[in-house]
Amino acid sequence: MRGAAPWGLAVPAVAGMAFLVLPLVGLAVRAPWTTLPARLTEPRVLEALRLSLITATTATVVCLALGVPLAWLLARARFRGRGLVRALVTVPLVLPPVVGGVALLLVFGRNGLIGRWFSGAFTLPFTTAGVVMAEAFVAMPFLVISVEGTLRAADPRYEEAAATLGASRWTVFRRVTLPLVAPGVVAGAVLCWARALGEFGATITFAGNLPGTTQTMPLAVYLALETDPEAAIVLSLVLLAVCVAVLAVLRDRWIKA
Amino acid sequence: MSGSAVRSLVSALLLMVLLAAAGCAGGKKEPETLTVFAAASLTESFGTLGKAFEKSHPGVTVKFNFGGSSTLAQQIVQGAPADVFAAASPATMKQSGAPSPRIFARNRLEIAVPKGNPAHVAALKDLANPAVKVALCAEQVPCGAAAVKALAAGGVTVKPVTQEQDVKAALSKVRLGEVDAALVYRTDVKAAAGAVEGIEFPEADKAINDYPIAAVPKTAHLVLAREFIDLVLSDQGRRVLTDAGFTAV
Repeated sequence: MRGAAPWGLAVPAVAGMAFLVLPLVGLAVRAPWTTLPARLTEPRVLEALRLSLITATTATVVCLALGVPLAWLLARARFRGRGLVRALVTVPLVLPPVVGGVALLLVFGRNGLIGRWFSGAFTLPFTTAGVVMAEAFVAMPFLVISVEGTLRAADPRYEEAAATLGASRWTVFRRVTLPLVAPGVVAGAVLCWARALGEFGATITFAGNLPGTTQTMPLAVYLALETDPEAAIVLSLVLLAVCVAVLAVLRDRWIKA
Repeated sequence: MSGSAVRSLVSALLLMVLLAAAGCAGGKKEPETLTVFAAASLTESFGTLGKAFEKSHPGVTVKFNFGGSSTLAQQIVQGAPADVFAAASPATMKQSGAPSPRIFARNRLEIAVPKGNPAHVAALKDLANPAVKVALCAEQVPCGAAAVKALAAGGVTVKPVTQEQDVKAALSKVRLGEVDAALVYRTDVKAAAGAVEGIEFPEADKAINDYPIAAVPKTAHLVLAREFIDLVLSDQGRRVLTDAGFTAV
């Protein structure tokens, strides 16, 4: 399709873009640019950034390991109650993250349904592993939905051909299905990572807030806002810059639109 | 529709609006809304006082915005439509720019422990035991600043497992039994109504929180705002605040 976009689309499109971009402009305008370099090298900023990158990446790996098989099950396997399972899997999308954090505490906390059996050996709340769990809980549906959609759109005849040639279901999945849906997996992983990086509510509720152990960037931003809004702006800009840089690189390299 | 039809429609509408306005002015006093921004720890006591104020001022509705004091102060600076501000610390009151605040209540820290006190906490120094899991408020919020002062006064060094974003979050970790103890306000222990146990400790004397109240400079309801502040400072106000666990001033 060529030519100018019709007014009915162009006007709301530009308004929508302005609505999304203007708040970012506001952050940039109010940022304390003169003191920026000094603030950026503060150890607590680097500490929170490091923790955020490590936990978001680990959470994405966890989501890939569990979420891709789950998406395959939802898209390819036939079993009763599949619709219900699909609905349940996407619940974290609509659940307020703080509620998700409380739910995690009720199950994995030291008095939780499962957590109480392990409370002698180890505890998850207030640990970096707890941050990864909270992030994975909130971010996994993004991956599952993306991969499941790609799987449904993929032509099943390739898989059927491989099966008639004697490949086992596991081999078919590994050698045919996975390469076929790779773009969907990458797109899902990127979404999942971005969601995990910005995660706040479930993390602060389930993992608490301790610099160096569980204080990720969004938590640092929230607490900085209490006393030092300028510091909060700086932290937000750092998070923003990292996210945009990573997504831009990935988009060029992996996701061909 | 022709031009004259539109004109007559418009004038008819205008007439209706004018009549409605005249009707209001001719009747009893116009309904007014007093908007009070108050620290989260005042939720219960100010709720009671708000109802009392509405009863003694027919036609007046009191609306509350409860939240973290520094968040509220920032909202006021950004032009939020507040008439009265009651903060949990003089510092946050100063942040809001409201002139000549008056201290109306004091709050002190207590050690909150889960029912049955599983870690057998009896005094502030017990929190230094590494086997005791402790939640504190982050230093950036008033309850965290008070905790730092109290711990310093007692010469106690605590390694908390978490620094919570507000006092209610610290309390909920105790309620769920995820930590063995937390430093929270006495009013929070009281509001939890038996879900947690409170332990008083003498070092809390060194970290008393003053609660100031003031009319917001740009308020359009200055008379009402002053009357509400008078109610908070009155004997009735003191009684309600004391019941909630505050020390009235």
